Amino acid sequence: MAVTSALYRRRRLGNFVLLVFALGATLFGLFWLAAILGTLLINGIGAIDLAMFTQTTPPPGSAGGLANAIVGSLIMTAVGVVIGAPIGLLAGTFLAEYGHYSRISPIVRFINDVLLSAPSIIVGLFVYQLMVIHMGHFSAIAGAVALAILVIPVVVRTTEDMLNLVPNSLREAAAALGTPKWKVVVMVSYRAAIQGLMTGVLLAIARISGETAPLLFTALNNQFWSLNMDAPMANLPVVIFQFALSPYADWQRLAWGGALLITFAILGLNIGARALASWGGTRSGA
Amino acid sequence: MTDLALTRRLSGERQHLADTAFKLATWFFACLVLVLLGAVIITLIDGSLLALERFGPGFVFSEDWNPVKETFGARAPMVGTLITSAVAMVFGIPISFGIAVFLTQLCPVWARRPLGVGIELLAGIPSIIYGIWGLFVFAPYMQAYVEPFLIATLGALPGIGPLFGGPPLGIGMLTAGIILGIMVLPFISSIMRDVFDTVPPMLKESAYGLGCTTWEVMWNVVLPFTRVGVIGGIMLGLGRALGETMAVTFVIGNAHRLSISLLAPGTTISAALANEFTEAVEDIYQSSLVALGLILFVITLIVLSAAKYMLIRLQSRAGS
Repeated sequence: MAVTSALYRRRRLGNFVLLVFALGATLFGLFWLAAILGTLLINGIGAIDLAMFTQTTPPPGSAGGLANAIVGSLIMTAVGVVIGAPIGLLAGTFLAEYGHYSRISPIVRFINDVLLSAPSIIVGLFVYQLMVIHMGHFSAIAGAVALAILVIPVVVRTTEDMLNLVPNSLREAAAALGTPKWKVVVMVSYRAAIQGLMTGVLLAIARISGETAPLLFTALNNQFWSLNMDAPMANLPVVIFQFALSPYADWQRLAWGGALLITFAILGLNIGARALASWGGTRSGA
Repeated sequence: MTDLALTRRLSGERQHLADTAFKLATWFFACLVLVLLGAVIITLIDGSLLALERFGPGFVFSEDWNPVKETFGARAPMVGTLITSAVAMVFGIPISFGIAVFLTQLCPVWARRPLGVGIELLAGIPSIIYGIWGLFVFAPYMQAYVEPFLIATLGALPGIGPLFGGPPLGIGMLTAGIILGIMVLPFISSIMRDVFDTVPPMLKESAYGLGCTTWEVMWNVVLPFTRVGVIGGIMLGLGRALGETMAVTFVIGNAHRLSISLLAPGTTISAALANEFTEAVEDIYQSSLVALGLILFVITLIVLSAAKYMLIRLQSRAGS
C-alpha cells in the first residue's frame, strides 16, 4: 500500500480542496445576501416612519416622505400586471393546451425565453420610441406598458409549465363528458393549476416592482402628488435612483428608506410565491 | 322533442363558437410574443437610422463621444460592456460552480432547500439596490483595501500589470464587474444545479464504485455529461450581465474613454443610456443612444439564443 499512498493522498487532498471551495462559494453567496440586507436595515430603518408613508417627496433640505412614489409604484405595477398577465396567461395557454403540434409553438417558446432575459432598459427604449415620442411627453401609462412587456414572458413561462403539470386524465375525463375544449381549459386545467398560475403572477410582480431602467424613459418621475396616468408619475425606483445620487443627506436618507421598503417587499413576494407553489404542489400531490 | 333538439343544436353551435374564439384568442396572444420581438427590433432600427446614416459603420469603431460637437462613436461603451461582463464571468463562473456542487452533491438534504432559496433570493434583490449598496458600501471598501492591494501585487507584475494600474478610485470597471458577478450567481448556479441533476445516478454510482472521489466524479463524469447545459447556463448569465443597467450605472464612473486599467472608470451601453438619454435633446444625440441600444439588443439576442439553443439540445438528449 505504500506505493499508492502518495497518489491516494494527492487525490484526497484535491477532493478536500474542492469540498472546501464548494462550501466557501455557498457561504460567499449567502454572505452577500446578508451583507446587502444588513446594510439596508442599518441605513434604512431610521428613515421608516409615518411621514414616509404620508408625505410627498420633499425639495432638498426639508422634511418629507415617499407617499407619491409609493402610490405611483403601486399604480403602475398594478396596471402593468393587469395588461400583461392576461396576455401572458392566454399565450401560455396556447403553448400548453393547443399548440402541441403547431409550428409556431417552438418559436414562441424560444423567443419568450429570450425576452425573459432581455435587458429591461431596451424595453424602456422601445416604449419611449413607441409611445412617449408620439404622445409628446412622459407618462405613467407608458411606464405601465413597459412593465407589462416585462410581465408577459414571466407569466407565459410559468403558465405553460404549470398547465403541463395538470394530468391529462383530468382533461380526458372532462372531454368524455362532452365538455367543449374551452370549458375544459377554463374549468379544469386552470382550476387544477390555480396556485401555479398565481405563483407566476406573483413572481412577475416581484420582477417588475424593482425595475428602474424601463421607467427612466417612460414614467420619468414627478416631485408632486399625481394620479394622472397621462402625466409623469413618481415611482420608488426612480426616486431612489435620483435621491441616492444627490448630495443632500435628507434625500439620501429617504433613498435608503425606500430601498429597504422595496427590497423587503420584493423578497416577501418571492418567498410568498415559493410558499404558494409548494403548498399547491403538496395539495395536488396528495 | 324538436324544441329540445333545436336548443341542443343552438347551444352546440354556441359552444363551438366559444371554442373557436378562445382558441383564436390564445393563438393571437402567442403570436403577439413574436410580434413584440419584431417590433422592438424595428423600432430600434428606426430610431437609430439618423445616427447610422451620419456616422456609417465608423460608429462602431469610433471612440469619440462628444455631445457638444455632436460626434458619437460606440466603441467605449461597447468595450466597457464586454469588459465588465468578462470580469463578471471570471468572478461568477467558478463560484456558481462551487455553489452548484455544494447544493447538489455535498449539502445534507434538509439544508438544500433553505440554502438554495437563499442563493436564489440574490436574484430577487432589485438591481438598483445592488447599485446603491455598491456605491456607498462596496466601492469605498474596494478603494480602501482591495484596490491598493491589487495595485501593489498584481500591478507590479509584467504583462498583466497595466490592467491594475492607476489610482484606486473605488468606482470603475472592476467594481462594476464584481457586482455583476454577484448578480449572475443565482442565474448560473440554478441552471448548473438543474443540469447536474439530469446526470443518471447510475453513471455517478459507477464512478464512485470504481473508487473515484467526489471531485473526480464531478470533473470526469458530471461535467463532461452536462457540458452543453453548463455552457448554456453560463451564456444565460452572460446575457444578464451584458444588459444589466442600474447596478452598473452607480459604480462605473461614466467616462466615455477607454483605459487599459480595470480600476479606471468607464461606461457601458446600458449605463450610457440610463445616464444620458433623458438629457439628450438633439436628434442626433438621441439617435446615437438608440443605436447603442440596438447594438446591445443584438449582442444579447445572439448570446441568449445561443444559450437557449444549448439548453434545448441538452434537454432533448436527456429526454431521449
